[in-house]
Amino acid sequence: MGLGRPAVTAAVELVDVRKRFPAGAVALDGVSLAVPEGRVLVLLGTSGSGKTTALKTINRLVEPDSGEVIVLGRPLLAWDPIELRRRTGYVIQEAGLIPHFTVERNVALVPELLGWPEARRAARARELLALVGLDAARFAPLRPAQLSGGERQRVGIARALAADPPLMLMDEPFGALDPLTRRRLQEEFRGLQSRLGKTVVLVTHDVSEAFRLGDEVAVMDRGRLLQRGAPGQIRESPQPGFVADFIAAALP
Amino acid sequence: MRLLRFLAERRAELALLVGQHVLLVLVSAAIAVAVGVPVGIALARRPRLARPVLALANLAQTIPSLALFGFLIPVPFIGGIGVRTAIVALVLYALLPILRNTCTGIQQVDPAVLEAATGMGMTGGQRLRLVELPLALPVILAGVRVATVVSVGTATIAAAIGAGGLGTYVFRGLATVDTRLILAGAIPAAALALIADGLLGAVQRSARPGRAAAILAAVTVAAAGVALLARAPGASRAVVVGSKNFTEQVVLGEILAARLEALGFAVDRRLDLGGTSLCHAAVRQGQIDLYVEYSGTALTDILKRPATSDPAVVLRTVRDAYAAMGLRVGSPLGFNNTFALVMRRTDAEAKSVRRISDLAPHAATLRVGLFGEFLERPDGMPGLLRAYGFRFALPPREMDLGLLYQALAEGKVDLVVGSATDGLIAALDLVVLEDDRHYFPPYDAVPVMNEESLRRHPGMLEAVESLAGRLDEKAMRRMNYAVDGEHRRPADVAREFLASAGLLSR
Repeated sequence: MGLGRPAVTAAVELVDVRKRFPAGAVALDGVSLAVPEGRVLVLLGTSGSGKTTALKTINRLVEPDSGEVIVLGRPLLAWDPIELRRRTGYVIQEAGLIPHFTVERNVALVPELLGWPEARRAARARELLALVGLDAARFAPLRPAQLSGGERQRVGIARALAADPPLMLMDEPFGALDPLTRRRLQEEFRGLQSRLGKTVVLVTHDVSEAFRLGDEVAVMDRGRLLQRGAPGQIRESPQPGFVADFIAAALP
Repeated sequence: MRLLRFLAERRAELALLVGQHVLLVLVSAAIAVAVGVPVGIALARRPRLARPVLALANLAQTIPSLALFGFLIPVPFIGGIGVRTAIVALVLYALLPILRNTCTGIQQVDPAVLEAATGMGMTGGQRLRLVELPLALPVILAGVRVATVVSVGTATIAAAIGAGGLGTYVFRGLATVDTRLILAGAIPAAALALIADGLLGAVQRSARPGRAAAILAAVTVAAAGVALLARAPGASRAVVVGSKNFTEQVVLGEILAARLEALGFAVDRRLDLGGTSLCHAAVRQGQIDLYVEYSGTALTDILKRPATSDPAVVLRTVRDAYAAMGLRVGSPLGFNNTFALVMRRTDAEAKSVRRISDLAPHAATLRVGLFGEFLERPDGMPGLLRAYGFRFALPPREMDLGLLYQALAEGKVDLVVGSATDGLIAALDLVVLEDDRHYFPPYDAVPVMNEESLRRHPGMLEAVESLAGRLDEKAMRRMNYAVDGEHRRPADVAREFLASAGLLSR
């Protein structure tokens, strides 16, 4: 799609990335994209489109077979994967909170792994809980099982932000929520993002969520990136074929 | 109440046996955890490997414990007679539940949680320590709990290979038909199982199972270490006397031991070993230095030769064959403990049965009780029936040697296969049927000694030979009854005999 190098510095860049899983399915079939610093890129597609795989190449949960991934100015292979992940916020569907940790310890997990002193960790956890709209005094000592889905997802976001990473990777972060809660969290995410200015790569299959949250949207299907642009651009002139059908089916 | 008094009288010995039992369980459980948890973790990472390994552990658990002990005796380093072999066997039994539960516990950790943990930047070790082990801990602890409780039970069998523990009372009680002894072993064993279950259950339920498990593990290792150190000054220079697991054998073992002690030897008693083949293997391996065997048993059971009725021929054949195995057969002690078919006196008189051939008309209705070995032995049941030309219509009931006479006296069976020197024959008013066709080969009691042991312990041969011809059937039956009928201790009975024969001094 004639993706040229962007003018501003790219926080994340994928160049012709390919990945085939042992079972034989092609997950990524030559994907190239760049995310400018401080912008939100949404990877949009159906399940099996390769969007999650693409996301996971960025924090080396998936190793590409070929191609190049550059994160925060360094080629992927030059990163120690552990250090890379600690500098990358990661949010997944259902939050993936550690069930036997308290909310506070979950939020302060990356600071704990980074060896922050206890007092600083606790203060940071409370600060972040407040940031995602949870009453720190009430929620800090609870276990994930005692929270609602929305509360768990907020804790998941707080956890990803804990060590103030420049880059956030979010895999269907609001996927498991009821429509009302989802809508509210999306609004809060936008507010948060405008204040924090993180670079975000967000994966979703929800077209309206993609248009609402993305500075740019990249539509993927069967391991390929089909179209990329600002939400309005894709809404107004979707590429004929899969992209047009997908958008039309989702937006009446 | 009688049981309580009985236990109180023996509290020193009981405490020792409980200590041995607890030590067996603790050491084997600690080893099983130390091996099972890491291997279980490794298996959880390699599901392809998990299936065959778990199948193997499963197989180990289906081997009956006595058979497992039998397999282990000739194995170098881990085998033999005593505590080490018992621990190896107990570890094998404990391994399966721990392996399986560790593997399952790790595998069932939510993949989303693991992915999040990895995505947060945990190293493999941090993920295991902070996420996988804590989440799998309840399942792992359940496995350890099962393994430990089962070990408490299985450890009673350890007495059969001379490892001590509460099984010593159970086996001795069974051999001497002494219910108090059986209970004295069984009740504390059951109590230990309940305590272990309760303790590990409390760890499982505690608010911080990880910390509780760590504390329990530390206490366990410390206790086992202290106990092992306390045991360490072993009697490695001592003469090791073995015996099979019935009254007469234990008395004979005590007689050999006391005679050797009277002549200044240090003696280590490994009595109540579980059967002929176990004793034979043990003396050949040098795990015990000597035990008393019966010439007919050696001929037919160990050497697998056809039975013959001439005692001198039997003894010569056995002596030559044993010499080739590095074993010395001493002079006969003086009594012939042949097999005996035994009935209640009243019943035998009512049926006019005096000799084995008189049984033919009653063969259709007699209920026979015997110990399992007799069905298999070349000089056992099949040959007996051929020699006398009749068959019993009802299948024989197999039971432990020690239970046979009780079953006969209580009318549960009508005929049992025992031996001619059993003390209960007179005590329970039973009669021995005459072997009128001379089917049973002679079973002269002879000491069997390891040649290597004779070289290592000069004077041992002379000490043992000083007992030659000193023990007749009557004396043996009387001593057997003193233990079986009067519930006296085999060691006391043996010393009294030696004293009266003038053999307690040089």
